[in-house]
Amino acid sequence: MIRIDPRLLAAREKLSEIKVIVPVMSSKGGVGKTVIAGSLAVLLARSGVETGLLDLDFTNPGLHVLLGADISSWPEEEKGVVPPRVAGVRFMTTAYYSGDEPMPLRGKYVDEVFKEILCITNWPGVKVLIIDTPPGIRDEALDILTYIPSPRPLIVGTPSPLAIKSVEKLVKVLIDLGHEIIGLIENMASEPGPLKQLAEKYGLEYLGNIPYISNMDLLIGKPYELVDEIEPYLKVALDRIRSLIH
Amino acid sequence: MVHEWALADALARYIMHRIGGEKKIIKRIIVKLGVLQSIDKEILGFALKEILESMGYTVEKIDFEDEEPVLRCRKCGHEWKPDMSVFDDTVREAIHFVPETIFSYYKCPVCGSRDFDIVKGRGVDVTLIEVE
Ligand SMILES: Nc1ncnc2c1ncn2[C@@H]1O[C@H](COP(=O)(O)OP(=O)(O)O)[C@@H](O)[C@H]1O
Ligand SMILES: [Mg+2]
Ligand SMILES: [Zn+2]
Repeated sequence: MIRIDPRLLAAREKLSEIKVIVPVMSSKGGVGKTVIAGSLAVLLARSGVETGLLDLDFTNPGLHVLLGADISSWPEEEKGVVPPRVAGVRFMTTAYYSGDEPMPLRGKYVDEVFKEILCITNWPGVKVLIIDTPPGIRDEALDILTYIPSPRPLIVGTPSPLAIKSVEKLVKVLIDLGHEIIGLIENMASEPGPLKQLAEKYGLEYLGNIPYISNMDLLIGKPYELVDEIEPYLKVALDRIRSLIH
Repeated sequence: MVHEWALADALARYIMHRIGGEKKIIKRIIVKLGVLQSIDKEILGFALKEILESMGYTVEKIDFEDEEPVLRCRKCGHEWKPDMSVFDDTVREAIHFVPETIFSYYKCPVCGSRDFDIVKGRGVDVTLIEVE
């Protein structure tokens, strides 16, 4: 018998009230996972859904930069910790604790941080939890797929052939595991492109394309301005996520 | 440091998972405590007892075993016991919540590498459960 880690038992309980858990995934880096995860969370919260946001990119967390979050104000302690609200979202990141220092982690320590964070974090009232993930199909991604109850992955890619090949591998892994993929978003694409074909090939929902936003750098750290810009392109994805809250 | 309650909750669930619901009297539990995380034993012990009793168990004795931290550098092989007192309170608190932040604040004293292993002294675990 596998010896179960006590933290996972607590983690499951802490996640049990959440209706939908959406890891935003891509085996490719730099395709917009962080931008999309952060934007989805802020928009869901703004539409009245109690939303949590978790940065699982431990060695390269970026959501706090995207959201302009003050990481010097730590989560409050309440039989564990309760993530503070940032742009209306309950936001958890290891950046509160590692600050601006690097946190290089070999795989087994990624796994430890994953279990520790999920064991101590409370999500009071949260109905939807959006998870930002690092690229690759390694510890963080596998931990999500193995330990998070019924994750509904949302996959991000760009029209680049490099991204498409990479994303297809992730799609295969998710399908083999029987996960219900919410759909695919094609980022930095002026029109539906090869990711739409990929979605069709695997019978997955294509949630639309997001064009290249030329003033993106000016929107980093200004979550409300960012989401105003990106909202029209995320409507389908938002509706799909909202339809899963029962 | 009420975060101990979250750890106690995890341990209590684990104990229930291990012994089931039949036997209600727990004679002794041994909890291994990695010193790296500076867990407050009193709070942890109190919380663990409370949570188990709320689950219907009677707990006679909880013992703690400290495990001193040992780190080993992967680059140069140096093995050492970190002196936690060199850190300020904020860093100790960070390590308290997420022990792996030690990779953010600590380097091998010989070669400066952050690529070291936590050989011992991390985390909280139940090493013995004795039921009647
Ligand atoms: N639609 C877009 N238009 C313009 N720039 C974008 C767009 N989406 C993402 N970016 C930029 O691309 C870079 C990578 O995005 P990011 O969300 O960090 O990707 P990932 O998390 O997948 O590595 C960032 O500099 C981001 O600002
Ligand atoms: Mg990212
Ligand atoms: Zn060294």
